[in-house]
Amino acid sequence: MPAPEQFRLVFKHIDEAGYTNDLACYLRNGGYEVLRKSVLRKPEELVDEVKKSGLRGRGGAGFPCGVKWTLLDRKSGKPIYLIVNADESEPGTFKDRYIIHNDPHQLIEGIMITCFANKVERAYIYIRGEFPEGARILEKAIAEARAANFVGPNILGSGYGCEIYVHRGAGAYICGEETGLIESLEGKRPYPRIKPPYFPAVLGLYQCPTIVNNVETLCHVKHIAERGGEAFSKIGTPNNTGTRILCVSGHVQRPGYYEFEVGKITMGQLLNEVCGGPLPGRKFKAVIPGGSSAKVLRFGERYKGKRKVGAEMIDYDWALEDIPMDFDSLQMIGSMGGSGGVIVMDDSVSMVEALANINAFYSHESCGQCTPCREGSLWMKKITGRMVHGDARPEDGALLKSVADQIAGRTICAFGEACAWPTQSFIAKFGDEFKAYPEAKKAPRADGVPELV
Amino acid sequence: MMNLRPETLRKIDEVVTHYPVKRSAALPILHLVQEDQGLVSNEAVEWIAARLELQPINVYELVTFYPMFRQKPIGRRHIKVCRTLSCAIMGGYRTCSEFQRQFGTGLGEVSSDGEVTVEFVECLASCGTAPVVMIDDALHEKVDVAKARELSEKIKAEAKSAAGTR
Repeated sequence: MPAPEQFRLVFKHIDEAGYTNDLACYLRNGGYEVLRKSVLRKPEELVDEVKKSGLRGRGGAGFPCGVKWTLLDRKSGKPIYLIVNADESEPGTFKDRYIIHNDPHQLIEGIMITCFANKVERAYIYIRGEFPEGARILEKAIAEARAANFVGPNILGSGYGCEIYVHRGAGAYICGEETGLIESLEGKRPYPRIKPPYFPAVLGLYQCPTIVNNVETLCHVKHIAERGGEAFSKIGTPNNTGTRILCVSGHVQRPGYYEFEVGKITMGQLLNEVCGGPLPGRKFKAVIPGGSSAKVLRFGERYKGKRKVGAEMIDYDWALEDIPMDFDSLQMIGSMGGSGGVIVMDDSVSMVEALANINAFYSHESCGQCTPCREGSLWMKKITGRMVHGDARPEDGALLKSVADQIAGRTICAFGEACAWPTQSFIAKFGDEFKAYPEAKKAPRADGVPELV
Repeated sequence: MMNLRPETLRKIDEVVTHYPVKRSAALPILHLVQEDQGLVSNEAVEWIAARLELQPINVYELVTFYPMFRQKPIGRRHIKVCRTLSCAIMGGYRTCSEFQRQFGTGLGEVSSDGEVTVEFVECLASCGTAPVVMIDDALHEKVDVAKARELSEKIKAEAKSAAGTR
C-alpha cells in the first residue's frame, strides 16, 4: 500500500516559501483568529473540547492532555501556572526547533488559548539553553503579540490578562522531566521531585497548581479550538488522534520531519517511501522509534499478539515494517512512540558501539539524585566503553543486563527507565552480536564506518 | 569589582521582575553574566547570590551542575560538536577530530593561539541534518570533514583580519 499524503497541521507553514516568523505574516495567514473567538467562550468549554479531542501529549509520555488539565487543583486559591516544555532534548527529536524558529506565533496562540481555558495568568516557556536564537525569536514574538494585545493585560478587551516569559535552560537533559524542569525554573538544580505528593497539577511551580505541556501539544490546542474537539478526534485513529510530527534521522536517504495523521502510516511506508529507503548498498538493521530512550526494534523480527479493534480482539502478525506509527501500536510491540524521534541504523552499525554511544549520553545526563541511576548509568557506560576501546568479553552482555535490570522502577523519575531500556532492548534484540563482539572486533574496521564512542 | 556592562545590569534588573520568587532568576542571571564576562567567576557567584539574597552555594551548585556554565575561559570562538547517536552514526566523531586537527587542540582546551575551544556536547536537536555543530550561537548543519575544514578556514581568516586591525 502506498504511503498516505502528509497531513500538515502544525507544520503547515514550515518550509513555505515567503513565510516569515513575524506577527504580520502570521496575521496574513489568519493568525490569532482562534484566540479572538476563544476568549468569547467559556473557559470550561475549551477544556471540554480538548478532552473530546483525545489529544495525547507529544513530549514523550503520551498522557491525555485534557485529563492533565482536569487534574488541576482549582480549589486551592493559589495561582495556576502554565509551563511550556521547550527543552527539546530527547536524542532523535527535532520538531519543536522548527516551530519555535519558523512559526513562533502559532505556539503563542496555543499558549494563550490554553492559559485562558485554565485561568492561568502567567506562563513560562522553558527553552533549552542550546536554542539561543530560538529564545530571541520567542521574546521578539511575545513582544509583538503583547503590542497587538494578544498577550498581556485585558486581552482583546476580554478583561482577561496573561503574561508569557521565556526562561532559558543551560544544557541539562533532565530539565525535560517536568518536575526537574520545575525545580530548574525555581532556580535550583533540576532534581526531579517524587510523585506523590509532587504532582505538578497540585504542587507544581512554587507549590502551586501547574500544567506542563510540550510545544507541539500546545500548537495542537490551537487547532482543536479552531476545529472543535469532536472534529479533531476524527483525524488520526481512535485513541491516537490528530497528527504527529515524525522526526527521522540516521541512515535513510531523506531524513527530516514529516507530519502524518497518527496511526495512518506504517514504519515501512515512512522509512522506505517517505524517507527513500536505506542508503545505497545498505540494509536497514535497527530502528529506535520514539527518541533514544525508546526500546530498539530489529528489522526481520515479527511481532505477534492480539489487539483491540473496535470491540473485538483480533490477532496481529506484523513485520517491523507493518507497525502503525501510533502510541498504542508501538507500546503493544514493546517500545514506544515517545517524542516521535525515529533513529535508523543500517547494517554498517555495530550495536555494541551504538549502545556505548547511548550509554555515554545517559551517564552524562543522570542528575545523580538516585543511586541506581547515577551508578547504573555510569557502569553501563564504562562496560560498553571498555568493550569498544579495551577488552570485550562474551559475558559482558549478561553483565550489562544485570546492571540495567536493577535501575528501572527504583528511581524517583522515569530517567531510570530511559537509561535502562536501551541496554535491556539492545541485549534482548542483538544479544548474539554482543556475544560475538570480542571476536568481531579483531577484524579490521571496514572503510568509512564512523566510530561512535 | 564585577564591572558588568550597564546593558547587562539593566537586563538583570529586568529579568528579576519576571518571577514572583527572586531565586528563579538565578539561571537567567548566570547566562547574562557569562555572556558579559566569558565565564562565571567565584566573585560573580557571590555577587549573584547577594543580588538574589541567596547563599553563594545556592548559585555555585548551579554552575557546577549545568553543562553550559563554565568557570574557566574558553577560546574566542566556541565550537560545539554534537556527540549523540544520530550525529555519531553520520560521522560526528570525524567532524570533531577535524576541528581539533585544524586548530591543533585537544577536546575542551583553548587552542594555543587562543582562537577556539572545541568541545563535544550532547544532542543539539537537529538530528535530521546530522552531523551538526554550533559555533558560538549559530547552528551549522551537515558538517562533514570538508565542511569542518571550510568553517575552520573561515574562523582562521577572520582571526587574521581581526589581528590586522588590532
